[in-house]
Amino acid sequence: MTRYFARRLLLTVPVLLGVATLVFSLIHLVPGDPVQSMLGEAASPQEVADLRARLGLDRPLYAQYGTFLAGLTRGDLGTSLRTNQPVAATIRERIPATFQLAFAAMAVAVALAIPLGIVAAVYAGGPIDLAATTLALVGISIPNFWLGPLMAIIFSVVLGWLPVSGRGGAAYLVLPAVTLGAPLAAVLARMTRASMVEELRELYVLAARARGVSPFRAVVRHAFRNSLIPVVTVLGLQFGAVLTGAVITETIFAWPGVGRLLIQSISFRDYPVVQGCILLIAITYVAMNVLTDLVYGLLDPRIRFD
Amino acid sequence: MLRIGTFIVVGAALLALLGPSMTPFDPAAQTLPLRLARPSAAHPFGLDELGRDILARVLAGARISFLIGLTVVFVSASVGTLLGAAAGYFGGLLDDAISRVIDVLLAFPGLLLAIALVAVLGPSLANVLVALTIIGWVGYARLVRGQVLRARELDYVQAARAQGAGVARILWRHVIPAALPAVVVQATLGMAGAIVSEAALSFLGLGVQPPTPSWGTMLNGGRAHLLDAPHLTVFPGLAIAILVLGFNFLGDGLRDLTDPKHQH
Repeated sequence: MTRYFARRLLLTVPVLLGVATLVFSLIHLVPGDPVQSMLGEAASPQEVADLRARLGLDRPLYAQYGTFLAGLTRGDLGTSLRTNQPVAATIRERIPATFQLAFAAMAVAVALAIPLGIVAAVYAGGPIDLAATTLALVGISIPNFWLGPLMAIIFSVVLGWLPVSGRGGAAYLVLPAVTLGAPLAAVLARMTRASMVEELRELYVLAARARGVSPFRAVVRHAFRNSLIPVVTVLGLQFGAVLTGAVITETIFAWPGVGRLLIQSISFRDYPVVQGCILLIAITYVAMNVLTDLVYGLLDPRIRFD
Repeated sequence: MLRIGTFIVVGAALLALLGPSMTPFDPAAQTLPLRLARPSAAHPFGLDELGRDILARVLAGARISFLIGLTVVFVSASVGTLLGAAAGYFGGLLDDAISRVIDVLLAFPGLLLAIALVAVLGPSLANVLVALTIIGWVGYARLVRGQVLRARELDYVQAARAQGAGVARILWRHVIPAALPAVVVQATLGMAGAIVSEAALSFLGLGVQPPTPSWGTMLNGGRAHLLDAPHLTVFPGLAIAILVLGFNFLGDGLRDLTDPKHQH
Protein backbone atom coordinates (compact mmCIF):
# COMPACT_ATOMS: atom_id res chain seq x y z
CA MET A 1 0.00 0.00 0.00
CA THR A 2 2.75 2.46 1.00
CA ARG A 3 4.65 1.51 -2.16
CA TYR A 4 1.60 2.25 -4.32
CA PHE A 5 1.11 5.65 -2.67
CA ALA A 6 4.81 6.52 -2.94
CA ARG A 7 4.92 5.48 -6.61
CA ARG A 8 1.81 7.49 -7.45
CA LEU A 9 3.18 10.59 -5.68
CA LEU A 10 6.58 10.18 -7.33
CA LEU A 11 4.97 10.02 -10.78
CA THR A 12 3.39 13.40 -10.07
CA VAL A 13 6.75 15.19 -9.76
CA PRO A 14 7.69 15.19 -13.49
CA VAL A 15 4.11 16.16 -14.40
CA LEU A 16 4.23 19.15 -12.04
CA LEU A 17 7.63 20.13 -13.44
CA GLY A 18 6.19 19.89 -16.96
CA VAL A 19 3.21 22.03 -15.95
CA ALA A 20 5.53 24.66 -14.42
CA THR A 21 7.71 24.63 -17.56
CA LEU A 22 4.72 25.08 -19.85
CA VAL A 23 3.35 27.93 -17.73
CA PHE A 24 6.81 29.54 -17.67
CA SER A 25 6.97 29.27 -21.48
CA LEU A 26 3.64 31.05 -21.95
CA ILE A 27 5.09 34.56 -21.74
CA HIS A 28 7.67 33.62 -24.38
CA LEU A 29 4.92 32.54 -26.79
CA VAL A 30 3.60 36.11 -27.01
CA PRO A 31 4.16 37.15 -30.65
CA GLY A 32 6.78 39.90 -30.94
CA ASP A 33 7.97 41.58 -27.75
CA PRO A 34 5.90 40.52 -24.72
CA VAL A 35 6.86 43.65 -22.79
CA GLN A 36 5.77 45.93 -25.64
CA SER A 37 2.57 43.91 -25.83
CA MET A 38 1.90 44.44 -22.10
CA LEU A 39 2.63 48.19 -22.15
CA GLY A 40 1.09 48.96 -25.54
CA GLU A 41 2.57 50.74 -28.54
CA ALA A 42 2.59 54.13 -26.79
CA ALA A 43 5.18 53.09 -24.18
CA SER A 44 8.59 54.77 -24.33
CA PRO A 45 11.75 52.68 -24.86
CA GLN A 46 12.77 53.50 -21.27
CA GLU A 47 9.48 52.17 -19.88
CA VAL A 48 9.87 49.00 -21.96
CA ALA A 49 13.46 48.52 -20.74
CA ASP A 50 12.41 49.10 -17.11
CA LEU A 51 9.61 46.55 -17.23
CA ARG A 52 11.82 44.06 -19.05
CA ALA A 53 14.38 44.37 -16.26
CA ARG A 54 11.66 44.16 -13.57
CA LEU A 55 10.30 40.93 -15.04
CA GLY A 56 13.82 39.59 -15.54
CA LEU A 57 13.20 39.13 -19.25
CA ASP A 58 16.56 40.72 -20.06
CA ARG A 59 18.35 37.76 -18.49
CA PRO A 60 19.29 34.50 -20.22
CA LEU A 61 16.39 32.03 -20.56
CA TYR A 62 17.93 29.42 -18.24
CA ALA A 63 18.38 32.08 -15.52
CA GLN A 64 14.75 33.18 -15.91
CA TYR A 65 13.63 29.55 -15.66
CA GLY A 66 15.74 28.96 -12.55
CA THR A 67 14.35 32.09 -10.87
CA PHE A 68 10.79 31.06 -11.82
CA LEU A 69 11.17 27.58 -10.31
CA ALA A 70 12.93 28.93 -7.20
CA GLY A 71 10.10 31.44 -6.77
CA LEU A 72 7.52 28.67 -7.06
CA THR A 73 9.11 26.68 -4.25
CA ARG A 74 8.74 29.78 -2.02
CA GLY A 75 5.17 30.46 -3.25
CA ASP A 76 6.39 33.59 -5.05
CA LEU A 77 4.57 34.06 -8.36
CA GLY A 78 5.88 37.55 -9.08
CA THR A 79 4.08 40.90 -8.99
CA SER A 80 0.92 42.00 -10.78
CA LEU A 81 1.65 44.60 -13.48
CA ARG A 82 -1.71 46.24 -12.92
CA THR A 83 -1.90 46.47 -9.14
CA ASN A 84 1.75 46.04 -8.13
CA GLN A 85 0.54 43.51 -5.54
CA PRO A 86 2.16 40.08 -5.16
CA VAL A 87 0.41 37.64 -7.52
CA ALA A 88 0.20 34.92 -4.86
CA ALA A 89 -1.63 37.24 -2.45
CA THR A 90 -4.00 38.45 -5.20
CA ILE A 91 -4.89 34.87 -6.11
CA ARG A 92 -5.13 33.77 -2.47
CA GLU A 93 -7.88 36.36 -1.90
CA ARG A 94 -9.91 34.83 -4.73
CA ILE A 95 -9.50 31.14 -3.86
CA PRO A 96 -12.32 30.91 -1.25
CA ALA A 97 -14.90 32.23 -3.74
CA THR A 98 -13.85 29.73 -6.43
CA PHE A 99 -13.81 26.78 -4.04
CA GLN A 100 -17.18 27.78 -2.57
CA LEU A 101 -18.63 27.83 -6.08
CA ALA A 102 -16.91 24.58 -7.13
CA PHE A 103 -18.10 22.61 -4.09
CA ALA A 104 -21.63 24.04 -4.32
CA ALA A 105 -21.71 23.00 -8.00
CA MET A 106 -20.55 19.49 -7.10
CA ALA A 107 -23.25 19.27 -4.42
CA VAL A 108 -25.87 20.33 -6.99
CA ALA A 109 -24.51 17.76 -9.44
CA VAL A 110 -24.63 14.91 -6.92
CA ALA A 111 -28.15 15.85 -5.77
CA LEU A 112 -29.43 15.82 -9.35
CA ALA A 113 -27.39 12.95 -10.79
CA ILE A 114 -27.64 10.16 -8.24
CA PRO A 115 -31.46 9.87 -8.20
CA LEU A 116 -31.61 10.26 -11.99
CA GLY A 117 -28.93 7.60 -12.54
CA ILE A 118 -30.53 5.17 -10.09
CA VAL A 119 -34.01 5.54 -11.59
CA ALA A 120 -32.60 5.08 -15.11
CA ALA A 121 -30.73 1.92 -14.03
CA VAL A 122 -33.68 0.39 -12.17
CA TYR A 123 -35.89 0.86 -15.23
CA ALA A 124 -33.08 0.13 -17.72
CA GLY A 125 -34.28 -0.33 -21.29
CA GLY A 126 -37.70 1.21 -20.63
CA PRO A 127 -39.17 4.61 -21.45
CA ILE A 128 -38.10 6.10 -18.07
CA ASP A 129 -34.51 5.08 -18.81
CA LEU A 130 -34.72 6.56 -22.29
CA ALA A 131 -36.09 9.83 -20.89
CA ALA A 132 -33.42 9.99 -18.18
CA THR A 133 -30.51 9.18 -20.51
CA THR A 134 -31.80 11.64 -23.12
CA LEU A 135 -32.11 14.29 -20.40
CA ALA A 136 -28.51 13.58 -19.35
CA LEU A 137 -27.27 13.88 -22.93
CA VAL A 138 -29.18 17.14 -23.34
CA GLY A 139 -27.56 18.33 -20.10
CA ILE A 140 -24.09 17.52 -21.44
CA SER A 141 -24.87 19.34 -24.69
CA ILE A 142 -26.06 22.62 -23.18
CA PRO A 143 -22.99 24.80 -22.74
CA ASN A 144 -22.77 26.62 -19.40
CA PHE A 145 -22.16 29.93 -21.16
CA TRP A 146 -25.70 29.59 -22.53
CA LEU A 147 -27.35 27.95 -19.53
CA GLY A 148 -26.09 30.71 -17.23
CA PRO A 149 -27.52 33.68 -19.16
CA LEU A 150 -30.71 31.68 -19.85
CA MET A 151 -31.28 31.05 -16.14
CA ALA A 152 -30.45 34.68 -15.40
CA ILE A 153 -33.16 35.73 -17.87
CA ILE A 154 -35.75 33.37 -16.32
CA PHE A 155 -34.98 33.56 -12.59
CA SER A 156 -33.62 37.08 -12.29
CA VAL A 157 -35.12 39.15 -15.12
CA VAL A 158 -38.56 37.55 -15.58
CA LEU A 159 -39.33 36.08 -12.14
CA GLY A 160 -37.07 38.33 -10.05
CA TRP A 161 -36.37 35.49 -7.61
CA LEU A 162 -32.57 35.51 -7.57
CA PRO A 163 -29.81 38.11 -7.90
CA VAL A 164 -28.22 38.17 -11.33
CA SER A 165 -24.59 38.73 -10.33
CA GLY A 166 -22.06 39.23 -7.53
CA ARG A 167 -21.26 37.30 -4.36
CA GLY A 168 -23.24 37.71 -1.15
CA GLY A 169 -25.61 35.39 0.71
CA ALA A 170 -26.80 31.95 -0.36
CA ALA A 171 -29.16 33.42 -2.96
CA TYR A 172 -26.18 34.69 -4.95
CA LEU A 173 -24.75 31.18 -5.10
CA VAL A 174 -27.80 29.44 -6.59
CA LEU A 175 -27.56 30.42 -10.28
CA PRO A 176 -23.76 30.08 -10.59
CA ALA A 177 -23.79 26.72 -8.76
CA VAL A 178 -26.59 25.27 -10.90
CA THR A 179 -24.95 26.62 -14.08
CA LEU A 180 -21.67 25.00 -13.17
CA GLY A 181 -23.18 21.84 -11.68
CA ALA A 182 -25.70 20.92 -14.40
CA PRO A 183 -23.23 19.58 -17.02
CA LEU A 184 -21.42 17.66 -14.26
CA ALA A 185 -24.76 16.24 -13.13
CA ALA A 186 -25.35 14.95 -16.64
CA VAL A 187 -21.95 13.18 -16.72
CA LEU A 188 -22.46 11.75 -13.22
CA ALA A 189 -25.99 10.55 -14.01
CA ARG A 190 -24.68 8.57 -16.98
CA MET A 191 -21.91 7.10 -14.83
CA THR A 192 -24.31 6.25 -12.00
CA ARG A 193 -26.67 4.55 -14.42
CA ALA A 194 -23.90 2.50 -16.07
CA SER A 195 -22.42 1.50 -12.73
CA MET A 196 -25.81 0.63 -11.21
CA VAL A 197 -26.86 -1.45 -14.24
CA GLU A 198 -23.70 -3.56 -13.75
CA GLU A 199 -24.29 -3.95 -10.00
CA LEU A 200 -27.97 -4.83 -10.36
CA ARG A 201 -26.93 -7.79 -12.53
CA GLU A 202 -24.62 -9.16 -9.83
CA LEU A 203 -25.57 -12.36 -8.07
CA TYR A 204 -25.45 -10.83 -4.59
CA VAL A 205 -28.33 -8.51 -5.54
CA LEU A 206 -30.37 -11.42 -6.86
CA ALA A 207 -29.49 -13.35 -3.70
CA ALA A 208 -30.65 -10.45 -1.54
CA ARG A 209 -33.93 -10.31 -3.45
CA ALA A 210 -34.30 -14.09 -3.10
CA ARG A 211 -33.86 -13.72 0.68
CA GLY A 212 -36.87 -11.42 0.65
CA VAL A 213 -35.09 -8.07 0.73
CA SER A 214 -37.40 -5.40 -0.72
CA PRO A 215 -36.55 -4.05 -4.19
CA PHE A 216 -35.94 -0.57 -2.69
CA ARG A 217 -33.55 -1.93 -0.06
CA ALA A 218 -31.78 -4.13 -2.62
CA VAL A 219 -31.15 -1.10 -4.77
CA VAL A 220 -30.23 1.44 -2.12
CA ARG A 221 -28.48 -0.66 0.53
CA HIS A 222 -26.77 -3.23 -1.69
CA ALA A 223 -26.26 -2.22 -5.32
CA PHE A 224 -25.93 1.54 -4.81
CA ARG A 225 -23.18 1.28 -2.21
CA ASN A 226 -21.01 -0.81 -4.51
CA SER A 227 -21.74 1.30 -7.55
CA LEU A 228 -20.48 4.36 -5.71
CA ILE A 229 -16.75 3.67 -6.27
CA PRO A 230 -16.67 4.58 -9.98
CA VAL A 231 -19.10 7.44 -9.37
CA VAL A 232 -16.86 8.97 -6.69
CA THR A 233 -13.88 8.50 -9.00
CA VAL A 234 -15.60 10.32 -11.84
CA LEU A 235 -16.59 13.08 -9.43
CA GLY A 236 -12.93 13.52 -8.47
CA LEU A 237 -11.72 13.44 -12.06
CA GLN A 238 -14.40 15.93 -13.12
CA PHE A 239 -13.07 18.50 -10.66
CA GLY A 240 -10.89 19.86 -13.47
CA ALA A 241 -13.92 20.42 -15.68
CA VAL A 242 -15.56 22.22 -12.76
CA LEU A 243 -12.55 24.51 -12.36
CA THR A 244 -12.49 25.32 -16.09
CA GLY A 245 -16.25 25.79 -16.06
CA ALA A 246 -15.77 28.15 -13.12
CA VAL A 247 -13.74 30.47 -15.38
CA ILE A 248 -16.81 30.89 -17.59
CA THR A 249 -19.41 30.82 -14.81
CA GLU A 250 -17.56 33.41 -12.72
CA THR A 251 -17.35 35.66 -15.78
CA ILE A 252 -21.10 35.35 -16.45
CA PHE A 253 -22.17 36.06 -12.87
CA ALA A 254 -19.37 38.49 -11.89
CA TRP A 255 -18.37 35.98 -9.20
CA PRO A 256 -15.10 37.24 -7.69
CA GLY A 257 -13.03 34.07 -8.00
CA VAL A 258 -9.81 32.95 -9.64
CA GLY A 259 -11.52 32.34 -13.00
CA ARG A 260 -12.80 35.89 -13.26
CA LEU A 261 -9.39 37.18 -12.17
CA LEU A 262 -7.85 35.13 -15.00
CA ILE A 263 -10.12 36.62 -17.68
CA GLN A 264 -9.71 40.16 -16.30
CA SER A 265 -5.92 39.73 -16.26
CA ILE A 266 -5.93 38.47 -19.85
CA SER A 267 -7.76 41.60 -20.97
CA PHE A 268 -5.19 43.78 -19.12
CA ARG A 269 -2.28 41.65 -20.47
CA ASP A 270 -1.20 41.15 -16.85
CA TYR A 271 0.79 38.02 -17.73
CA PRO A 272 2.24 37.28 -14.25
CA VAL A 273 -1.32 37.00 -12.87
CA VAL A 274 -2.41 34.96 -15.91
CA GLN A 275 0.48 32.55 -15.31
CA GLY A 276 -0.35 32.36 -11.59
CA CYS A 277 -4.03 31.58 -12.19
CA ILE A 278 -3.26 28.92 -14.82
CA LEU A 279 -0.66 27.34 -12.54
CA LEU A 280 -2.99 27.27 -9.54
CA ILE A 281 -5.85 25.66 -11.49
CA ALA A 282 -3.55 23.08 -13.13
CA ILE A 283 -1.86 22.15 -9.84
CA THR A 284 -5.23 21.85 -8.09
CA TYR A 285 -6.41 19.61 -10.91
CA VAL A 286 -3.29 17.40 -10.70
CA ALA A 287 -3.60 17.21 -6.90
CA MET A 288 -7.27 16.25 -7.18
CA ASN A 289 -6.45 13.52 -9.70
CA VAL A 290 -3.74 12.11 -7.43
CA LEU A 291 -6.09 12.24 -4.46
CA THR A 292 -8.77 10.42 -6.49
CA ASP A 293 -6.24 7.74 -7.46
CA LEU A 294 -5.15 7.30 -3.86
CA VAL A 295 -8.73 7.06 -2.60
CA TYR A 296 -9.51 4.60 -5.40
CA GLY A 297 -6.46 2.58 -4.33
CA LEU A 298 -7.79 2.53 -0.78
CA LEU A 299 -11.28 1.47 -1.85
CA ASP A 300 -10.31 -1.09 -4.47
CA PRO A 301 -7.30 -3.30 -3.65
CA ARG A 302 -7.07 -4.54 -7.27
CA ILE A 303 -5.76 -1.12 -8.34
CA ARG A 304 -2.81 -1.30 -5.95
CA PHE A 305 -1.57 -4.53 -7.50
CA ASP A 306 -1.97 -3.41 -11.08
CA MET B 1 -29.69 7.76 -31.08
CA LEU B 2 -27.66 7.21 -34.21
CA ARG B 3 -30.59 8.20 -36.43
CA ILE B 4 -31.49 11.31 -34.41
CA GLY B 5 -27.81 12.35 -34.32
CA THR B 6 -27.39 11.79 -38.07
CA PHE B 7 -30.57 13.75 -38.78
CA ILE B 8 -29.45 16.74 -36.68
CA VAL B 9 -25.86 16.79 -37.96
CA VAL B 10 -26.79 16.35 -41.65
CA GLY B 11 -29.57 18.95 -41.29
CA ALA B 12 -27.18 21.43 -39.65
CA ALA B 13 -24.53 20.77 -42.32
CA LEU B 14 -27.07 21.45 -45.07
CA LEU B 15 -28.18 24.65 -43.32
CA ALA B 16 -24.53 25.73 -43.01
CA LEU B 17 -23.98 25.05 -46.71
CA LEU B 18 -27.21 26.42 -48.13
CA GLY B 19 -28.47 28.63 -45.29
CA PRO B 20 -26.96 31.95 -46.34
CA SER B 21 -28.73 31.64 -49.73
CA MET B 22 -32.04 30.82 -48.01
CA THR B 23 -32.29 34.15 -46.18
CA PRO B 24 -32.51 37.49 -48.01
CA PHE B 25 -30.42 39.24 -45.35
CA ASP B 26 -26.66 39.73 -45.32
CA PRO B 27 -25.30 38.66 -41.91
CA ALA B 28 -23.14 41.82 -41.82
CA ALA B 29 -25.78 44.30 -43.05
CA GLN B 30 -26.80 46.77 -40.32
CA THR B 31 -30.23 48.38 -39.92
CA LEU B 32 -29.47 50.65 -36.99
CA PRO B 33 -33.00 52.09 -36.56
CA LEU B 34 -34.25 48.53 -35.94
CA ARG B 35 -31.50 47.53 -33.49
CA LEU B 36 -32.58 44.98 -30.86
CA ALA B 37 -35.93 44.48 -32.65
CA ARG B 38 -37.74 41.42 -31.33
CA PRO B 39 -38.49 38.36 -33.52
CA SER B 40 -41.05 39.10 -36.25
CA ALA B 41 -42.30 37.57 -39.50
CA ALA B 42 -39.61 39.43 -41.45
CA HIS B 43 -36.84 38.59 -38.96
CA PRO B 44 -37.84 35.33 -37.22
CA PHE B 45 -34.89 35.50 -34.74
CA GLY B 46 -34.99 39.32 -34.40
CA LEU B 47 -32.15 41.80 -34.84
CA ASP B 48 -29.00 42.29 -32.78
CA GLU B 49 -27.41 45.33 -31.13
CA LEU B 50 -26.26 46.65 -34.53
CA GLY B 51 -29.52 45.86 -36.34
CA ARG B 52 -28.16 42.72 -38.04
CA ASP B 53 -30.50 39.79 -38.79
CA ILE B 54 -29.83 37.12 -36.15
CA LEU B 55 -31.14 34.24 -38.32
CA ALA B 56 -28.68 35.17 -41.09
CA ARG B 57 -25.86 35.37 -38.51
CA VAL B 58 -26.81 32.05 -36.88
CA LEU B 59 -26.70 30.38 -40.33
CA ALA B 60 -23.36 32.04 -41.13
CA GLY B 61 -22.11 31.06 -37.66
CA ALA B 62 -22.88 27.41 -38.47
CA ARG B 63 -20.21 27.60 -41.20
CA ILE B 64 -17.65 28.85 -38.66
CA SER B 65 -18.58 26.09 -36.23
CA PHE B 66 -18.27 23.36 -38.88
CA LEU B 67 -15.04 24.88 -40.21
CA ILE B 68 -13.49 24.90 -36.75
CA GLY B 69 -14.87 21.51 -35.75
CA LEU B 70 -13.74 19.76 -38.94
CA THR B 71 -10.29 21.40 -39.02
CA VAL B 72 -9.54 20.76 -35.35
CA VAL B 73 -10.80 17.18 -35.48
CA PHE B 74 -9.01 16.34 -38.75
CA VAL B 75 -5.63 17.73 -37.68
CA SER B 76 -5.89 16.50 -34.06
CA ALA B 77 -7.00 13.01 -35.12
CA SER B 78 -4.26 12.73 -37.77
CA VAL B 79 -1.46 13.94 -35.49
CA GLY B 80 -2.78 12.04 -32.48
CA THR B 81 -3.23 8.79 -34.42
CA LEU B 82 0.27 8.93 -35.91
CA LEU B 83 2.00 9.80 -32.64
CA GLY B 84 -0.12 7.35 -30.61
CA ALA B 85 0.51 4.55 -33.12
CA ALA B 86 4.26 5.26 -33.14
CA ALA B 87 4.41 5.39 -29.34
CA GLY B 88 2.43 2.17 -28.92
CA TYR B 89 4.20 0.21 -31.66
CA PHE B 90 7.83 1.18 -31.07
CA GLY B 91 7.68 1.63 -27.29
CA GLY B 92 10.97 2.54 -25.58
CA LEU B 93 12.25 6.09 -25.54
CA LEU B 94 9.81 7.34 -28.19
CA ASP B 95 6.87 6.02 -26.15
CA ASP B 96 8.31 7.56 -22.98
CA ALA B 97 8.79 10.97 -24.64
CA ILE B 98 5.31 11.06 -26.21
CA SER B 99 3.67 9.74 -23.05
CA ARG B 100 5.32 12.41 -20.86
CA VAL B 101 4.14 15.17 -23.22
CA ILE B 102 0.63 13.66 -23.06
CA ASP B 103 0.82 13.53 -19.25
CA VAL B 104 1.77 17.21 -19.03
CA LEU B 105 -0.92 18.35 -21.48
CA LEU B 106 -3.52 16.24 -19.66
CA ALA B 107 -2.52 17.96 -16.41
CA PHE B 108 -4.37 21.02 -17.69
CA PRO B 109 -8.13 20.68 -17.42
CA GLY B 110 -9.85 20.83 -20.82
CA LEU B 111 -10.26 24.36 -22.03
CA LEU B 112 -7.80 25.95 -19.60
CA LEU B 113 -4.73 25.42 -21.78
CA ALA B 114 -6.62 26.74 -24.81
CA ILE B 115 -7.54 29.85 -22.80
CA ALA B 116 -3.88 30.26 -21.80
CA LEU B 117 -2.61 29.80 -25.35
CA VAL B 118 -5.11 32.18 -26.91
CA ALA B 119 -4.41 34.68 -24.12
CA VAL B 120 -0.76 34.90 -25.17
CA LEU B 121 -1.12 34.30 -28.92
CA GLY B 122 -3.94 36.82 -29.24
CA PRO B 123 -7.62 36.34 -30.08
CA SER B 124 -8.24 35.21 -33.68
CA LEU B 125 -9.80 32.35 -35.63
CA ALA B 126 -6.35 30.98 -36.57
CA ASN B 127 -5.13 31.02 -32.96
CA VAL B 128 -8.30 29.27 -31.80
CA LEU B 129 -7.58 26.52 -34.34
CA VAL B 130 -3.97 26.25 -33.11
CA ALA B 131 -4.95 26.19 -29.43
CA LEU B 132 -7.75 23.63 -29.85
CA THR B 133 -5.50 21.38 -31.95
CA ILE B 134 -2.71 21.52 -29.36
CA ILE B 135 -5.11 20.30 -26.69
CA GLY B 136 -7.03 18.05 -29.11
CA TRP B 137 -4.43 15.59 -30.39
CA VAL B 138 -3.67 14.26 -26.92
CA GLY B 139 -6.93 12.34 -26.53
CA TYR B 140 -6.47 10.58 -29.88
CA ALA B 141 -2.82 9.77 -29.15
CA ARG B 142 -3.66 8.19 -25.81
CA LEU B 143 -6.57 6.24 -27.30
CA VAL B 144 -4.60 4.95 -30.31
CA ARG B 145 -1.53 4.12 -28.21
CA GLY B 146 -3.69 1.87 -26.04
CA GLN B 147 -5.33 0.24 -29.05
CA VAL B 148 -1.98 -0.33 -30.76
CA LEU B 149 -0.45 -1.87 -27.63
CA ARG B 150 -3.22 -4.47 -27.83
CA ALA B 151 -3.23 -4.82 -31.62
CA ARG B 152 0.50 -5.42 -32.02
CA GLU B 153 0.20 -8.67 -30.06
CA LEU B 154 -2.66 -9.99 -32.22
CA ASP B 155 -1.99 -13.09 -34.31
CA TYR B 156 -2.55 -11.48 -37.68
CA VAL B 157 -0.13 -8.65 -36.87
CA GLN B 158 2.48 -11.16 -35.65
CA ALA B 159 1.89 -13.14 -38.85
CA ALA B 160 2.42 -10.06 -41.01
CA ARG B 161 5.65 -9.33 -39.12
CA ALA B 162 6.79 -12.96 -39.55
CA GLN B 163 6.13 -12.66 -43.30
CA GLY B 164 8.58 -9.77 -43.39
CA ALA B 165 6.12 -6.87 -43.72
CA GLY B 166 7.73 -3.49 -43.03
CA VAL B 167 6.82 -1.34 -40.04
CA ALA B 168 4.97 1.24 -42.16
CA ARG B 169 2.89 -1.47 -43.84
CA ILE B 170 2.07 -3.18 -40.54
CA LEU B 171 0.99 0.11 -38.98
CA TRP B 172 -0.93 1.36 -42.00
CA ARG B 173 -2.59 -1.89 -43.11
CA HIS B 174 -3.07 -3.78 -39.87
CA VAL B 175 -2.61 -1.79 -36.66
CA ILE B 176 -4.18 1.61 -37.37
CA PRO B 177 -7.33 0.12 -39.01
CA ALA B 178 -7.92 -1.83 -35.79
CA ALA B 179 -7.94 1.45 -33.87
CA LEU B 180 -10.07 3.35 -36.40
CA PRO B 181 -13.57 2.62 -35.04
CA ALA B 182 -12.59 4.07 -31.66
CA VAL B 183 -10.99 7.07 -33.40
CA VAL B 184 -14.16 7.70 -35.41
CA VAL B 185 -16.25 7.71 -32.22
CA GLN B 186 -13.76 10.02 -30.51
CA ALA B 187 -13.73 12.31 -33.57
CA THR B 188 -17.53 12.57 -33.58
CA LEU B 189 -17.57 13.52 -29.90
CA GLY B 190 -14.52 15.71 -30.63
CA MET B 191 -16.60 17.72 -33.11
CA ALA B 192 -18.98 18.57 -30.26
CA GLY B 193 -16.02 19.43 -28.02
CA ALA B 194 -14.35 21.66 -30.62
CA ILE B 195 -17.59 23.52 -31.39
CA VAL B 196 -18.30 24.17 -27.70
CA SER B 197 -14.68 25.15 -27.01
CA GLU B 198 -14.61 27.66 -29.87
CA ALA B 199 -17.91 29.11 -28.72
CA ALA B 200 -16.62 29.31 -25.12
CA LEU B 201 -13.43 31.10 -26.19
CA SER B 202 -15.40 33.49 -28.39
CA PHE B 203 -17.90 34.05 -25.56
CA LEU B 204 -14.97 35.07 -23.32
CA GLY B 205 -13.78 37.45 -26.04
CA LEU B 206 -10.73 35.27 -26.74
CA GLY B 207 -11.86 33.56 -29.94
CA VAL B 208 -13.32 34.64 -33.25
CA GLN B 209 -13.51 38.43 -33.31
CA PRO B 210 -16.43 40.59 -34.43
CA PRO B 211 -17.85 41.17 -36.97
CA THR B 212 -17.35 37.48 -37.94
CA PRO B 213 -20.60 35.81 -36.87
CA SER B 214 -19.45 33.06 -34.49
CA TRP B 215 -22.14 31.70 -32.16
CA GLY B 216 -19.95 32.35 -29.11
CA THR B 217 -19.29 35.94 -30.20
CA MET B 218 -23.03 36.45 -30.67
CA LEU B 219 -23.69 35.14 -27.14
CA ASN B 220 -21.02 37.49 -25.81
CA GLY B 221 -22.76 40.40 -27.55
CA GLY B 222 -26.07 39.32 -25.99
CA ARG B 223 -24.72 39.54 -22.42
CA ALA B 224 -25.17 43.30 -22.34
CA HIS B 225 -28.81 42.95 -23.43
CA LEU B 226 -30.17 40.18 -21.17
CA LEU B 227 -32.76 42.59 -19.78
CA ASP B 228 -33.99 44.32 -22.93
CA ALA B 229 -33.30 41.80 -25.72
CA PRO B 230 -33.02 38.19 -24.50
CA HIS B 231 -33.46 36.91 -28.08
CA LEU B 232 -29.80 37.86 -28.68
CA THR B 233 -28.88 35.12 -26.21
CA VAL B 234 -31.59 32.54 -26.89
CA PHE B 235 -31.07 31.74 -30.59
CA PRO B 236 -27.28 31.40 -30.93
CA GLY B 237 -27.22 29.30 -27.74
CA LEU B 238 -30.02 27.09 -29.02
CA ALA B 239 -28.05 26.53 -32.23
CA ILE B 240 -24.94 25.45 -30.26
CA ALA B 241 -26.96 23.16 -27.98
CA ILE B 242 -28.79 21.45 -30.88
CA LEU B 243 -25.65 20.87 -32.97
CA VAL B 244 -23.64 19.63 -29.98
CA LEU B 245 -26.54 17.36 -28.98
CA GLY B 246 -26.55 16.01 -32.55
CA PHE B 247 -22.85 15.16 -32.44
CA ASN B 248 -23.23 13.65 -28.95
CA PHE B 249 -26.15 11.47 -30.12
CA LEU B 250 -24.13 10.44 -33.18
CA GLY B 251 -21.01 9.69 -31.11
CA ASP B 252 -22.97 7.67 -28.54
CA GLY B 253 -24.79 5.81 -31.31
CA LEU B 254 -21.55 4.99 -33.12
CA ARG B 255 -19.99 3.82 -29.86
CA ASP B 256 -22.93 1.52 -29.22
CA LEU B 257 -22.53 0.22 -32.75
CA THR B 258 -18.78 -0.43 -32.54
CA ASP B 259 -18.35 -1.37 -28.88
CA PRO B 260 -20.77 -3.98 -27.53
CA LYS B 261 -19.76 -3.14 -23.95
CA HIS B 262 -21.33 0.29 -24.28
CA GLN B 263 -24.63 -0.93 -25.68
CA HIS B 264 -27.58 0.20 -23.64
